[in-house]
Amino acid sequence: MHEYSIVQALLERVQAEVDARNATAVHGLRVKIGELSGVEIDLLQSAYELFSERSICDGAKLEIVPVAARWTCPNCERTMRRGEILRCPDCSLPAQLIEGSEIVLDRLEMEVA
Amino acid sequence: MCETCGCGDPEVVPVEIQESLLSENDRQAQHNREHFEGHGVLAINLMGSPGSGKTAVLEATAKAQDGKGRLCALSGDLATDNDAARLEASGIPSLSITTGSACHLDARLVHRALHDLDWHDREMVFIENVGNLVCPAIYDLGQAVNVVALAVTEGEDKPLKYPVMFRKADLVLLTKVDLLPHLPQVNVEVIEDALARTMPEPNVIQVSAVTGEGIDQWLAWLEQLKGAAVPAAT
Repeated sequence: MHEYSIVQALLERVQAEVDARNATAVHGLRVKIGELSGVEIDLLQSAYELFSERSICDGAKLEIVPVAARWTCPNCERTMRRGEILRCPDCSLPAQLIEGSEIVLDRLEMEVA
Repeated sequence: MCETCGCGDPEVVPVEIQESLLSENDRQAQHNREHFEGHGVLAINLMGSPGSGKTAVLEATAKAQDGKGRLCALSGDLATDNDAARLEASGIPSLSITTGSACHLDARLVHRALHDLDWHDREMVFIENVGNLVCPAIYDLGQAVNVVALAVTEGEDKPLKYPVMFRKADLVLLTKVDLLPHLPQVNVEVIEDALARTMPEPNVIQVSAVTGEGIDQWLAWLEQLKGAAVPAAT
C-alpha cells in the first residue's frame, strides 16, 4: 500500500506550494498516473480521501488522469501493440517506454487572498 | 483579491506544477548513489516475491566466493531480522531494516541504515528489499542495478501479472531451477517469453542455491559491473 506514501508526498508538495504563494485554500488537484507506475488509481483515491481530511486539501477534489503505457522503437518510432514482445521487429532494437510510468502532480487550483 | 472587479473576494488561480511525486525520494536516492559511487561500491537492489529465494541466493553467493568477496547487505523485513541473521551466518555483514507495516524500502530508510553498516571498504552492498512484487519497484534507492529473483514455482505468467517490477529489472535470477525435474508443467521458455513482453532487454540467469548451478554466471555478471557504474532502469 505505497499509495499512502504517495498521498503523503502529494500533501507535503501541495502545502509547500500553498506556503510559497500565501494561498488560503486549495480547491482542486490534478495528478497523472501511468499504467506502469505501480500506483493503483482506486487505492490512491481512497488514501487521498482518508489523509486529506486534516490537511490543507480537506474538501479539495482530486482528479486522477490515467496515462496508458506506450512503448516505441527508438529508431523507427513504431508503437508496440499491447502484450507484444518489447523489441522492434523491423529494427531489432529494444523498445523505449515513452509514457505510462509517471506519478506526477500536474496542476493545482488555489485560492489566493 | 479578485483582480476582475476588486471586490475583495478571494481568487481561485490554477498553478501548473508538473513535478514527480517521487522527487524527494529521488533526491535522497541520488545522494545515496553518489555515496556508493564515491566509494567504488556496487549497490544492488535485490527484489522479488516473499519466498522467491533472495536470501538463499545471497547465501550461495557468499559460499561461492568463500569469504573473498567483501560483500555486505541491508535486509528489509516487515517484522523480523531473520534474513539479516542468515546472511551474517553465511559471512555477509548485514543489517536489518525493519519496516513495520511499510511494504517497501525507500531511499531515506536505506540512507539511515547505511550510517549503521560498515560498508565503505566493501566491494558490493546488496539491498535485499521487502518481499513484494509491486511496491519496491517504485522507489529508487540509489542502486546501480535492479535484480529480481523469480522462482520457477511462482507461475509462468508472473512477469505479465507484475510488469512494473520486471520492466525495471536489469537482471532476472530464475531461482530454484533444481526443482524443474519435479515441475513438468513449468516451461522455462514460457517464462522467458513473458519476460520479453515486459522487459525491453530481457536478461535471465538460471540459478539454484541448492546445487550451485548458475552461481558462477551470476558472479561473472556482478564482476563485469564492478568499476563500471551502470545507471538503473528508470
